[in-house]
Amino acid sequence: MTELSKSGAAVGEPTAASHAATAFLEVRDLKVHFPTDDGLVKSVDGLSFKLEKGKTLGIVGESGSGKSVTSLGIMGLHTAGQYGKRKARISGEIWLNGTELLSADPDHVRKLRGRDMAMIFQDPLSALHPYYTIGQQIVEAYRIHHNVDKKTARKRAVEMLDRVGIPQPDKRVDNYPHEFSGGMRQRAMIAMSLVNNPELLIADEPTTALDVTVQAQILDLIRDLQKEFGSAVIIITHDLGVVAELADDILVMYGGRCVERGPADKVFYEPRHPYTWGLLGSMPRLDREQQDRLIPVKGSPPSLINVPSGCAFNPRCPYADVPKDNLTRTVRPELTEVGSDHWAACHMTQEQRERIWTEEIAPKL
Amino acid sequence: MLAYLIRRLFAAAVMLVVIIMVVFGIFFLVPKWAGVDIALSFVGKQADPAAVAGVREKLGLSDPIYMQVWEFFKGIFAGRTYSAGGDVTHCAAPCFGYSFKSEQAVWPVLTDRFPVTLGLALGAAVLWLVFGVAAGVLSALKRGSLWDRSAMVVALAGVSLPIYFTGMLSLAIFAFGLKWLNAQYVPLDQSFTGWFGGMILPWITLAFLYAAMYARITRATMLEVLGEDYIRTARAKGLREQTVIGKHAMRSTMTPILTMLGMDLGALIGGAILTESTFNLPGLGRAVLDAIRNQDLPIILGVTLITSLAVLLANLVVDILYAVIDPRVRLA
Repeated sequence: MTELSKSGAAVGEPTAASHAATAFLEVRDLKVHFPTDDGLVKSVDGLSFKLEKGKTLGIVGESGSGKSVTSLGIMGLHTAGQYGKRKARISGEIWLNGTELLSADPDHVRKLRGRDMAMIFQDPLSALHPYYTIGQQIVEAYRIHHNVDKKTARKRAVEMLDRVGIPQPDKRVDNYPHEFSGGMRQRAMIAMSLVNNPELLIADEPTTALDVTVQAQILDLIRDLQKEFGSAVIIITHDLGVVAELADDILVMYGGRCVERGPADKVFYEPRHPYTWGLLGSMPRLDREQQDRLIPVKGSPPSLINVPSGCAFNPRCPYADVPKDNLTRTVRPELTEVGSDHWAACHMTQEQRERIWTEEIAPKL
Repeated sequence: MLAYLIRRLFAAAVMLVVIIMVVFGIFFLVPKWAGVDIALSFVGKQADPAAVAGVREKLGLSDPIYMQVWEFFKGIFAGRTYSAGGDVTHCAAPCFGYSFKSEQAVWPVLTDRFPVTLGLALGAAVLWLVFGVAAGVLSALKRGSLWDRSAMVVALAGVSLPIYFTGMLSLAIFAFGLKWLNAQYVPLDQSFTGWFGGMILPWITLAFLYAAMYARITRATMLEVLGEDYIRTARAKGLREQTVIGKHAMRSTMTPILTMLGMDLGALIGGAILTESTFNLPGLGRAVLDAIRNQDLPIILGVTLITSLAVLLANLVVDILYAVIDPRVRLA
């Protein structure tokens, strides 16, 4: 019980949440729910984390675990341009640089978008407007937030394209997105996101649509640019290899909630949640001897309308019966501290988890 | 861009020749294969055998087909002289045929009627574009609202109600009942206000039908575009919502609307038969209707040709505008 209350304070329970945040970005008990004909889809259901400038947070999880919804929520893109009656219901707090975004004036949040916080999207072809040149799109992004003439903005666009490694940037600036290769498009997208030196950069699966050789280049680019600009970066992915390279901290999401978070090496080398074990087991690794097969996480992601009672992972968890009294199926586990700044939401005791990890899981990886 | 333009113009020129040949084929070859005497339909069934023989000779119907096609082509560009013995009929270039029945060249009939139809089509197009597109965009942005539902019901009515119904109804109410507008066509060069007043009801009637179609297409396209990733990107940049909609979303929404506009305008310039006959406008549509009634083949042929040319021209303009809007088209 002491563990539970301690965790509650640390992740920022609503009762203790009225004070302003100290971290650069702090998300407290974020909930994003979408009303549909079939019921309320709880895409994100109580997520909390902190991120400092110059640090990278990796958010990992399967499709539908709420990663992208979280990032769009921070950007305020669930409420901007929502037409019709089916509006997303968002609650909680998002503090960016001392400002709470969810209660702020939408026009103020709009002005922060693209300037203080920017986003790189998954598929750069569909994320760039096909009818405008790369230059026009970067110039537009710059001029919304800077009162400069077109010539200055264009110079800035060329400069940014050069920074992200586009050859002949003064010529390519006048190309249309369809005239760029996939990797170049993503570079252009990054140039557009960084044109205003944002302090927070959210990269939503930035390499998923790219081939492997280009993936590494793009990740290097993001890392270099982060060093240069000192931004805070959230990188969202289902690819653990990506976060292993970039992230300082890792947050593992399942069914709209955080199941484990902590420093990257802790989550990688001493994971304390069965779902994280599953993710690690399903990841191909070149640094280990050849195994028979990858071990998939059995079953499919939970319905976000009827989330399983108790631990959302219990139908797929091979260790669901380890805790006593059918606890996994009746009580939802809260995040508890399992190491220094390392948290996991699981009913198993620390000893049980450590034993299973060292005896059963780690040898097979 | 230039290469695209040249390619497109060349294609249009080829298409032009093909159209003329197909139209010629429909009017001269098909009856021949069907065993119908064309000369008879050119003069009228009650004509005496001598007149029929004269027309046959004037049209060169006994000549080989390639000669007939050539004469027909030559007539369009250089004019044509029909002669049989001492009876000579001259038809100045561009000769689109000569009506032996009404004893007049077809071209002056077309040029006479054309401004009426053009005025009708263009005026209605402005109306339906403004109201149809605006209603469609509003419906998309307020999807599911009372406005959306009522606009779409009105649009459904607009698409389903025939022009002779809405036209007659508007005439009965506004021209004959309330006497707000006159039901008489006044040529533009006589009086602008008279022309304008007389055109209001035809414009509204015709535009109602098309505005309904355009509203539905605009709504559907806009909804699709609003779901695109690049709209989300535009918002993520921090653009104002009116810029996101008015610039980024509208540009993509305009593409299918433009295609439709080209086709519709082309077809309408060939004559809005129903509207013109309902409102008694002396346009191409009326001309062709009268010609069909009188079995005046050359006039029908002329209007058919002009209609095809208008569609061809409209499509050419649309294709060029297309390349201006969508850079990807320039490569195709």
